[in-house]
Amino acid sequence: MKLALLADIHANRHALEACLADARERGATRHAFLGDLVGYGAEPAAVLDIVMSLRDGGAWVVRGNHEDAGLGAAPRHHREDHAGAAWTASQLSSAQRDFLAGLPLSVEHDFFCLVHASASDPRRWSYVRESGSAAASLAAAQDQGLTHVFGGHVHEQRLFFQGAVGKVMPFEPTANVPVPLPRHRRWLATVGSVGQPRDGRSEAMYAMFDSDCLQVTFVRVPYDHEAAARAILAAGLPAFNARRLAVGQ
Amino acid sequence: MKLLEPGTEIDGFVIGDCLHAGGMAHIYLVRYAREGHDPGFPMAMKVPRMTAGDGAETIVGFEVEHQLLQVLSGPHVPRFVAAGDLVRVPYLVMEHVPGRPLQAWLDDAARTGERPGAAAIAGLGAALALAAHSLHQQDAVHLDIKPGNVMIRPEGRAVLLDFGLSWHAHYPDLLAEGMRVAIGSPPWIAPEQVVGVRGDPRSDVFAIGVVLYEMATGELPFGDPQTAGGLRQRLWMDPAPPRLRAPRTPAWLQEIILRCLEPEAAHRYASAAHLAFDLSHPQQVHVGERGERTRRTSVRVHLKRWLRAAGMHYEPSPLPSRQIEQVPIVMVAVPWRDASDATLYSLRRAASRSLGIRPGARLACVTVIGPGDTDPVDAQRSEVEVHRRHLDALRRWAQGVDLEGHQASYHVLEASDVAAALVHYARANHVGLMILGAATHGLKLQRLTAAVPIRVAVEAPCSVMLVKQKLPFSQLDHTPLPPGEEAGEPDEPAPRRYRPSSLYMGPLE
Repeated sequence: MKLALLADIHANRHALEACLADARERGATRHAFLGDLVGYGAEPAAVLDIVMSLRDGGAWVVRGNHEDAGLGAAPRHHREDHAGAAWTASQLSSAQRDFLAGLPLSVEHDFFCLVHASASDPRRWSYVRESGSAAASLAAAQDQGLTHVFGGHVHEQRLFFQGAVGKVMPFEPTANVPVPLPRHRRWLATVGSVGQPRDGRSEAMYAMFDSDCLQVTFVRVPYDHEAAARAILAAGLPAFNARRLAVGQ
Repeated sequence: MKLLEPGTEIDGFVIGDCLHAGGMAHIYLVRYAREGHDPGFPMAMKVPRMTAGDGAETIVGFEVEHQLLQVLSGPHVPRFVAAGDLVRVPYLVMEHVPGRPLQAWLDDAARTGERPGAAAIAGLGAALALAAHSLHQQDAVHLDIKPGNVMIRPEGRAVLLDFGLSWHAHYPDLLAEGMRVAIGSPPWIAPEQVVGVRGDPRSDVFAIGVVLYEMATGELPFGDPQTAGGLRQRLWMDPAPPRLRAPRTPAWLQEIILRCLEPEAAHRYASAAHLAFDLSHPQQVHVGERGERTRRTSVRVHLKRWLRAAGMHYEPSPLPSRQIEQVPIVMVAVPWRDASDATLYSLRRAASRSLGIRPGARLACVTVIGPGDTDPVDAQRSEVEVHRRHLDALRRWAQGVDLEGHQASYHVLEASDVAAALVHYARANHVGLMILGAATHGLKLQRLTAAVPIRVAVEAPCSVMLVKQKLPFSQLDHTPLPPGEEAGEPDEPAPRRYRPSSLYMGPLE
């Protein structure tokens, strides 16, 4: 199976379409959406149309914190990133809201786990940015007999691995270079954000995982971020949400 | 693990003679079992003595080597053929590199009591440095260069073997532990490896320095320490100068060796290509106190450095290819026939500018003369005399270039085909950037040679900067530089450095 791993789309239809086209060219046979389909961006309904139709074809979809916020499931946050939640909810059809409400926190398949944040208590939405939090997530997965964890949430592409003496270490991947993830080790990949990269570059991020060759490839895809920014302004959303796309902030 | 019987078949390979039975692995000659299946080169199979079942840590070196062999290419690494399943039956099949192990030269010297000559050492060292450079260009660092891991092919090129401790920027470093542990072979390991920093190409430069030292003196510069304290010595200690142990070592070779062995990576050659360059041009090596010394560094100096080393901090490196790209060998083709002062001036400015943005880059000034320009009979035109005059002219030309922090060298090539000579020089010396005049090298003399810059640009293995002269010679001659000409470029040498009379490099006849 060639699995396209897409996280943190954040209602950015332009970026999503560019990544899906790229994944098609790379021969993707299945898709996994790792949460935060909505929030920040201008086109939550259009993004959900695409994701729901892929779900009907077998794609996996897990819940992110922005889905929770959009549905009012989370306690009231005084956070700027959740300020647009009410607007998002107003844009969705009831079928789409039902779809979001029914999303699982994680999906386990064969030897891997798909989750938005950490496999250790996914509902806490903790950030997996360094070895300690990665080790906790990997340990939770191992309890279920899983060796590989794929997640999003941090908007950065990074690979954590278990070294020779068992310590979990971070690795900064190079785009487009397939990295082997053999099953006698444990691996955790944060696949980056499709719709809102935050590493100073505008290109959309996702990852391809080949479960037969056991290789992951981190991918960057240029897309029309100016069009996505214009859509945000046209929708009357905060100008910063538009501005940040060009500079990957 | 017992040896495999000849004739045994594994995954379609038939086992032949055992080439090596070591502590970590057995190596066999193999061939394909299927008739008529021939890769075009002899093959060797490396079988580790343990399997994944023996515990994850013992198999890591094998995993690392498998990873690197799959992605490395070029004449300096064995070609990869196949790998066996890590859990079931681990093995690697690769090209069996023909040639002689570098260790054989050392063994010969130990047996006969006669050290290899300086030229032979430099030749082997340059081959080894170029092999390392080729690896660094591919974003990998070997980190375990030693005579037993180097094969010299019959035609003289070096091949690096055994990538079990190597590092590649594109792959997770399974050997890094996020803590400071030395991984490597004690006699050759670089100081930064001792404190757990992996991935600096200059660590390989250090190891090559150890190899050269042993070839020159028959001894290891830091011995074969077995303790952490012994390993840490090289963070502050200068080894005994090679000339103390082997007085016949030329000063230039000692200069090169001790520069490789500097405790701080920043004081070593910035890239293996720079090292290969010096080894290939001994007469161009700038010999300082380091090359001449025949006494050990004093205890007082060592004590001071020991105190500093206690807090020494090594930075993890960025991508090796990017690191060595920043310290290229910049080559300037300086014309001498029909070159106007404006052309020479423009070339000088281009060279200054190129070096200015690349601290640590080195400059090679090259001029090409024709075979007819020297005459064995006429003393005034003897090869030595003509070369001397051209070298002087090159040095005069370079006086206007700000060489602070840059090594420079001067070369006269003799060839009838100017473009081919320049391209060949660039390729042989791994030049990163070539600067030449857009319309020089005899343009006025022959229409045909106008093609030189174009041919060079097409055929050169590196980037080529074609420099157009700033002003026609006639105007430069009569008018001072326009005021404000330099105003926008404060980094340029001051205009007063421009003294046409002293820079004249016209025909020598």
